[in-house]
Amino acid sequence: MNELVTHLEEKARQLRVAIVKTLHASQSGHTGGSLSAIDMVTALYFHKMRHNPTDPAWEGRDRFVLCKGHAAPAQYVALAEAGYFPREDLMMLRRLGSHLQGHPDSKGTPGVEVCTGSLGQGLSMAVGMALGLRLDQRDNRVYALLGDGELQEGQVWEAAMAAAHYKVDNLCAMVDANGLQIDGEVTKVMNVNPIADKFRAFGWQTLEIDGHDMAAILAALDQAETLKGGPTVIVARTVKGKGVSFFENKAAYHGVTPSDEELPRALECLGCFEE
Amino acid sequence: MSSMIATRDAYGETLAELGGEDPRIVVLDADLSGSTKTGVFAKKFPERFFNMGIAEANMVGTAAGLAAVGKVPFVSTFAIFAVGRAWEQVRQSVAYPKANVKIVATHGGVTVGEDGGSHQSVEDVAIMRAVPNMTVIVPADGVETKAAIRAVAAYKGPVYVRLGRNKVPTIFPADYRFEIGKGTELVAGTDLTFVTTGLMTAQAVAAAEQLKKEGVSARVVHIGTVKPLDQEIIVKAARETGAIVTAEEHSIVGGLGSAVAEVLAEQCPVPLKRVGVNDRFGTSGKAEELLKYFGLTAENLVETGRELLARK
Ligand SMILES: Cc1ncc(C[n+]2csc(CCOP(=O)(O)OP(=O)(O)O)c2C)c(N)n1
Ligand SMILES: [Mg+2]
Repeated sequence: MNELVTHLEEKARQLRVAIVKTLHASQSGHTGGSLSAIDMVTALYFHKMRHNPTDPAWEGRDRFVLCKGHAAPAQYVALAEAGYFPREDLMMLRRLGSHLQGHPDSKGTPGVEVCTGSLGQGLSMAVGMALGLRLDQRDNRVYALLGDGELQEGQVWEAAMAAAHYKVDNLCAMVDANGLQIDGEVTKVMNVNPIADKFRAFGWQTLEIDGHDMAAILAALDQAETLKGGPTVIVARTVKGKGVSFFENKAAYHGVTPSDEELPRALECLGCFEE
Repeated sequence: MSSMIATRDAYGETLAELGGEDPRIVVLDADLSGSTKTGVFAKKFPERFFNMGIAEANMVGTAAGLAAVGKVPFVSTFAIFAVGRAWEQVRQSVAYPKANVKIVATHGGVTVGEDGGSHQSVEDVAIMRAVPNMTVIVPADGVETKAAIRAVAAYKGPVYVRLGRNKVPTIFPADYRFEIGKGTELVAGTDLTFVTTGLMTAQAVAAAEQLKKEGVSARVVHIGTVKPLDQEIIVKAARETGAIVTAEEHSIVGGLGSAVAEVLAEQCPVPLKRVGVNDRFGTSGKAEELLKYFGLTAENLVETGRELLARK
């Protein structure tokens, strides 16, 4: 277990480096929310989920929905690292003609299941996937990663209601609770707390963890799988911009990319001195 | 060289001015106040600004309630979310009762750029135009935006204003008078007419200049109000120039091009060509690249103008 945790922590560090480099190359995109989500994304793609990068449409795969689609760089670096497409593609993020669109696009990117980017729509699609897989008597699981600001969308709670009503226990939602959205702190813009209590009231089983503690992420994902009779949500407390000290906890870095001057400093924060 | 200003910046400035003039004005935003520029108003009048969080449908419904008790709500977010996420709230709670709600959406069209097709609204004008009671305004530059926002504040009833993300050249003089429902002839001409809206009007002016060098006299009619449409100025242009090219940073389905086609078909059929996004979704890229990619440049208008003249 310890070895696995160390391995995944190192993987997450490498993926943070890839996020920073990718967003420096694109000079457009969302840094803070990609860095806060990457530990959970790493745990899913490099341990928890069954999937096959050489056969993205493999029927036996678990499904991942990045509801907070603006964190696409976090998913893209994981997909590239897993082998869905060449790492060089990352340097084409958000460019005209690239399959790596600003927000996840299932039409072009291998490994992306649905189109997201309009907040609040992802969990509904995840519920639909979970229902469909259950109808087919498959044991595949569906993972949905949401932002905490995203929880302000009413559709999220319509989906939450439906998931509990239909007892979809093959669904696990994860909330990247970094406390920030674009206009500032979630509690000041439009308070969504207490998040876990709300999900519980909607009939969900809830787990609360530190979203940067790899061992805790793995334990929660395993536990979620054992909880039957309804959906589970993992509310993960995170730090927006995690890993790059001068990006951390700053709403201003939501949609800002590392400048030429910031790149070496950001990489240094991530223990990367090659540049 | 003309000055450059984003229409959303002109909006933020004017909204903050209006806030001081009319205490009934309230502003609602959905976690994008920095981008839509309602933040300028929020700073000056924090008690009359409501950040509704990432919840556009609730925001539009709340605005309808504020209007029902006599406030004049301005509601802002990106065009894709104002029109998309809150469409039925706009229809039922705003347009149907003729509520005095002003929906001012920014980031319209493909010049949203790198965010990609999920964020580029190419159908918002069509959708809003189809709603009864709705007035639809697409300003061409900062000057017109300022004048239009003032006209919208003075007008009683639902309005949709579509603004852009990037800086655009100023084409109207400072003393330009905007009237809801009236088109404007910007360039006189006799051989064909460009009927345009939004940022395509500046492209049409450039295209007319180019065509002039080739001995073609192209008229440019700017349509600031797509609905109600100034039918008179369009029919007059059709009669006098005998050929119409429409241009918009929007799908050719349902927007200005369709509106003009409807008028021409019924009142004065002449050769017509619609320039716009050809029934496709947007894609990631730089704004300038995308305008070229989708064929929304002065060069495209020149070419289309030549083609149409050959059909005349
Ligand atoms: C329906 C919708 N409204 C608005 C936006 C614009 N937007 C993009 S990201 C964002 C803030 C998201 O905050 P949060 O969910 O907390 O994400 P994170 O902090 O993880 O980046 C907003 C408002 C959007 N993408 N979709
Ligand atoms: Mg957040």
